[in-house]
Amino acid sequence: MRPHVTTDRSSRTGAVLLALLLAALATLGALPGSAAPARAAIAECMADASTGCVNGTLRTAAGEPAVGVAVTVEGPAGEVTVTSGPEGRWSAPVDEAGDYTVTLDESTLPPGQTLRDPAGNPRVVTVRLGAAAGALFPLGPPADGAGEGPDAPAPDPGDESVDTGGAGGEPGLDTSATGSTSGGGVTWERVAQQALAGIVFGTLLALASIGLSLIFGTTGLSNFAHGEQVTLGGIMAYLGVQTLGLPLVVAGALAVVVAGASGWLQDKFLWHPLRSRRVGMTQQLIVTIGLAIALQYTYQFFFGASSLRIVTATPESIRFGGVFITRTSLVSVIIAAVVLAGVAYFLVATRTGRATRAVSDNPALAAASGISVERIIRIVWTFGAALAGLGGVLMGLYLNATAWNMGGTLLLLMFAAVTLGGLGTAFGALVGSLVIGLLVEMSNLVIPSDMRYAGALVVLILILLFRPQGILGRAERIG
Amino acid sequence: MDWTRILTNVVGELVAPTTAAYALAAIGLNVHFGLTGLLNFGQAGFMLLGAYGFAISTIAGWPIWAALLVAIACAVVFGLVLGIPTLKLRGDYLAIVTIAAAEIVRIIGRSTALTDLTGASSGLRGNSYKESFQALSPFPDGNTAIGPLEYSNNSSNSWWIRIVGWVLVALACLLVWRLKNSPWGRVLKGIREDEDAVRSLGKNVYAYKMQALVLGGVIGAVAGIIYVLPRAVQPDSMGRPMTFFVWTILLLGGAATVFGPVLGSMIFWGALLLIKSVMRSTVPAEVMGTQQIEQFGWIVVGVTLMLLVIFRPQGMLGDKKELAINAH
Repeated sequence: MRPHVTTDRSSRTGAVLLALLLAALATLGALPGSAAPARAAIAECMADASTGCVNGTLRTAAGEPAVGVAVTVEGPAGEVTVTSGPEGRWSAPVDEAGDYTVTLDESTLPPGQTLRDPAGNPRVVTVRLGAAAGALFPLGPPADGAGEGPDAPAPDPGDESVDTGGAGGEPGLDTSATGSTSGGGVTWERVAQQALAGIVFGTLLALASIGLSLIFGTTGLSNFAHGEQVTLGGIMAYLGVQTLGLPLVVAGALAVVVAGASGWLQDKFLWHPLRSRRVGMTQQLIVTIGLAIALQYTYQFFFGASSLRIVTATPESIRFGGVFITRTSLVSVIIAAVVLAGVAYFLVATRTGRATRAVSDNPALAAASGISVERIIRIVWTFGAALAGLGGVLMGLYLNATAWNMGGTLLLLMFAAVTLGGLGTAFGALVGSLVIGLLVEMSNLVIPSDMRYAGALVVLILILLFRPQGILGRAERIG
Repeated sequence: MDWTRILTNVVGELVAPTTAAYALAAIGLNVHFGLTGLLNFGQAGFMLLGAYGFAISTIAGWPIWAALLVAIACAVVFGLVLGIPTLKLRGDYLAIVTIAAAEIVRIIGRSTALTDLTGASSGLRGNSYKESFQALSPFPDGNTAIGPLEYSNNSSNSWWIRIVGWVLVALACLLVWRLKNSPWGRVLKGIREDEDAVRSLGKNVYAYKMQALVLGGVIGAVAGIIYVLPRAVQPDSMGRPMTFFVWTILLLGGAATVFGPVLGSMIFWGALLLIKSVMRSTVPAEVMGTQQIEQFGWIVVGVTLMLLVIFRPQGMLGDKKELAINAH
């Protein structure tokens, strides 16, 4: 029935695509901190006869602990850099009394956070041996800032706000200085900075949402467990780097392979049997929800509820004109762009890719013209999940941390992106993701940053109201 | 293992206010999904709005009946806003929109911009709004023990909230039972089975769906009030997981049945507590910590939901012939 030529060629294109993914990941080697994964020194400092401590607790404007913020203590005993732990607490041991300069690295603050008093950083504290000296850095809108109030809550493991960070890691926070001069809070530099953050975020989101769109296109399934594929990528990268001590590139590549394998297994043992049993789409949709719950809590079961930092080193930033970007984000975006270009080439120019689009367009017609629909669906599940995994790795690096619910929170943004672009079309997912990315980051300029995801969701509802088929979709899909 | 204590706790869980609140929310969802076939994945949004409406207006000094009306009005408006764009579209669009809208409510509620009104992510403390409810109680202060269960009469997690909660559940069951067999309910079931057939009979399908969405949403809002009265209004505890648990309860008990949601809620919370208590006393702490047992319970919930939908979509009380989940 099925021509052998197709099988051979498609498995070759599959291999090429996989190689492309891996090659792209190899570029991750350029990332800082990949050679020697450093563990965060969260151990509490105990003051005794020969040790003094400098410590503090960082809380965001919303009162939640600010995790992973780097604080450098410099003085007679040398220089110590520590990061704040899950409770937002940091403490640095010193073994000589004297005056120490405490510097908080603003680029490591949770996304959207600024120091309430920028002038108080760095500051000098006097340390005595056998005692603890406190250095408090209150977070919140700068006291002299002109009401720009970037006061997003910090990544809090207990709720779903872990990914409030779009600007995560970027010193877009540096804008507290530029913003305070403007009065209105909106300056060209800030606009440019947010636009750049939006493009980065949108590109990474596109990587994650292509699978969602193609799975919908080929099977008609709205996969509410797709976010967990993204989380899987991030968590596997964390596992590789922090637990197994692998270099970031290897860990990232492994994470993508594991994610792809999970997609293959899912289709083989869950979705394919369900399709064969003719279980309806609504039922399958509820099954994805059950799967999402089970997976989220499985991640929590093994990795806990706190945020997990894949790389603990402080990202260095690069300046282009008036805007900053961290090296991690830059490399991530390049990888994402290369992979997206590869996916586009695959869909447009290869036989399997054209078959994929044919199935997505009209499965019955595609089957009638000799395309093995089930085989295409298997490929889509595998590569969709692998791309989501890669998206999860890069998103985890970009947001500075991953967590059990990273994907879950991105899920609705992904749905917004693919709906905006037109459900079921791969290029629609790309365009939609960029628009949503820009919207999320730019909306920061006018609404409080902890509400910016709500902005994207409002857009989702408005699209469904006025153009339910999306930008690139066709009207018949909406039934 | 102390079976007496475990079983007492399970029995207590069966009549807990939370169980009543979830049963009520599932009855609301039953009007959406069981009767009409609407995929509402934003039931927690209705509940959160009801809770905010009630708590904020009570804090503002309004009497309890006015606060209740505010909560209901919030749900009505939310239902209309959701329904207008989506009820003409295919089912899974309603799913995405309702889930997004519920998230919008939660994100706005927890935003620091509204701290004065909603208390941001830390929420509103229970003591700030439960006085007017407790003042209505006819019981004297103190504790009462019935069998092995002992609770205070009026304050917080009381007999009073239990009685009110379960009376409301009973009233909602009665309402659904009457509606189900009324001409209006038969039209809804017709819409669930074949929308176009109903339309061809000259019925305004859009209006019927809207009425069902609003009615179920109002029941959800009341459930939200019951849910927050013994605790506090915390937006993050009323997010997507809550919606999904309500769905699990409905499908467990049986959609399109009168007592399905009630039975589902009791079994859901009772079994969850039973599993967790038994594991806590049998599994050594090195194998699974307390926190992990908690998470294991939720994993069981997720897997149960998957298995239920695949192998027994009609739930415990449902009739497979009556409810084809995929009418649309």
